[in-house]
Amino acid sequence: MLLLDWLYVGVFAVVGLLMAALPLAVVWALAPRMPYPQKTLTYESGVVPFGQAWAQFHVRYYLFGLVFVIFDVEVIYLYPWAIVFQELGKFAFVEMLIFLTILLVGLAYAWRKGALEWM
Amino acid sequence: MGELAAFIVLALVTLVPAVVVVTSSNIVRAALALVPTFLGVTGLYILLQAEFVAGIQVLIYAGAITVLILFVIMLTEGGTGVRVRQAHEQQPLGLLAAAVLAGLLLWVLGTTAWPRPDGALPQYTARHIGTTFLTSAVLVFEVTSLVLLVSLVGAIIIAKRER
Amino acid sequence: MTVQWPLEVARAAGLAVVVFTFLAVVAAMLGVLLERKISGWIQSRLGPKHVGPQGLLQTVADTIKLLQKEHITPRAADVVVFNTAPLIVAVAGLLDWIVIPFGPGLIVRDLNIGVLFFAAMASLTVIGILAGGFASNNKYALLGGLRSASQMISYELPMGMALIAVAMEAGTLSTVGIVEAQQGWLGAFAIRQFPAFVIFLVAATAEVNRVPFDLPEAESELVAGYFSEYTGMRFALFQLGEYAEMFAMAALATTLFLGGWKGPLLPPVVWFLVKMYAVVFFLMWMRWTYPRLRLDQLLNLSWKLLLPAGLLWILITGYRISF
Repeated sequence: MLLLDWLYVGVFAVVGLLMAALPLAVVWALAPRMPYPQKTLTYESGVVPFGQAWAQFHVRYYLFGLVFVIFDVEVIYLYPWAIVFQELGKFAFVEMLIFLTILLVGLAYAWRKGALEWM
Repeated sequence: MGELAAFIVLALVTLVPAVVVVTSSNIVRAALALVPTFLGVTGLYILLQAEFVAGIQVLIYAGAITVLILFVIMLTEGGTGVRVRQAHEQQPLGLLAAAVLAGLLLWVLGTTAWPRPDGALPQYTARHIGTTFLTSAVLVFEVTSLVLLVSLVGAIIIAKRER
Repeated sequence: MTVQWPLEVARAAGLAVVVFTFLAVVAAMLGVLLERKISGWIQSRLGPKHVGPQGLLQTVADTIKLLQKEHITPRAADVVVFNTAPLIVAVAGLLDWIVIPFGPGLIVRDLNIGVLFFAAMASLTVIGILAGGFASNNKYALLGGLRSASQMISYELPMGMALIAVAMEAGTLSTVGIVEAQQGWLGAFAIRQFPAFVIFLVAATAEVNRVPFDLPEAESELVAGYFSEYTGMRFALFQLGEYAEMFAMAALATTLFLGGWKGPLLPPVVWFLVKMYAVVFFLMWMRWTYPRLRLDQLLNLSWKLLLPAGLLWILITGYRISF
């Protein structure tokens, strides 16, 4: 039963959260707590950090995330197709072929335009 | 009875973080508060017997879109060094608009004669969905790939032009 | 058949405790020990030997040590997010195990959307990593987090392709159904779906940030990547999440490609564990054999090789089955 299945998922999440928080609670109870300026300084291999905690702005992270979202949505269509296409005959395969080809064009475009380059 | 309790819990899980999303001034916290909101919606889909949609809700919304949003925030903040804050300048006006909209929705929902389905809810299994978009909704399915292609190309053009 | 809700909730909670403990002991503690022993043997040295017989209690000692280490929170770190991040990673690693079948009937819950659920839970880890990297207010952690996230999302797609190819072969998304569809030694999908198996193993290694894909955590490059600022038990929780995820990937590989619990003579659970540990051993062996890939190499591998290859394999499998 669907509701029951996912009740398990929900309970797992909650119990998991509690159990993961448990050792943290143990630490809070047992471990020493003596923050002083040198200790809470941001770690930078032993030297005093300079400059803001910033990373260079690169649009490439965003591009990867974006192309990922588009293809993730494509993959979603593949899941139901994967389990029913056998029963529906050849045309189901051809339909998916068309779908994938259109998206492969997209991948090729992204590749050509350098959206997949890291540098 | 159990379903009502589940609905209330899920509604709270969805709405409370949603309030955090729109009111928190720390934008990273606001973005992270989206995750429980999406998970709450996942639960609501389960109550509607839509297991497959619930699965992809987690996969896409919580797993991909939240990541994209976080990327954008981190790059904006990290790249410029400026802490992005959610300003609350239009809060009174916003609250008024939200109240009016909520009132309108509740009124419409309350006065419409909803058709009552007899028997159990239809099954929205992956199997059912797959069969549908490969048979009766084929055109919609193929057009979707075109929509995805257009989004991809458009976004790349925009992002690349910014360099 | 009426459902006794309180009973079910109690049962679910009990199972959650059991699975979490199993993960903490078998995946994290035993896994880390295994890693250190195997790396030792591969490098012609012995690894931990002193604590307990043959060093078996080493990680127990380490855990006790970590429990009383100070939790240092860097100043200017976002405290709420900083503390939640390890919890997200740990819970995501736990939830994956709901759909893993240890034996016939030995599964927490055989969800209809089995493998899709697994992929969805694996994708939640990325959020924890990004949050941790950002909240630390440390440029190395932020960079590590962003790189790690980019890597993980890039490899989620080929992994999805491999899962879909197996689902096509078995005709179902349910993990139990997939095990059932593998009949006999030669029926194991590792043979019929060999390319998918390879793609899955590569993608799985990248998903858990293991060498050769561990640049985001590389000690020589970024200190410790996104968990640079995490001390004591919080660090241990990140590690627990990562090792739990690695074992989950190995367990899924066993289920999807190696026939799950099937095997002659020995009880099913034993077979499952043997196969799972074989995959884990393989993953650890890879770690200590190959040098680290550069980030652009690893992203190219995913987008330009594995993704097209995965799509091609899906089309080939589809063609084979339809015609």
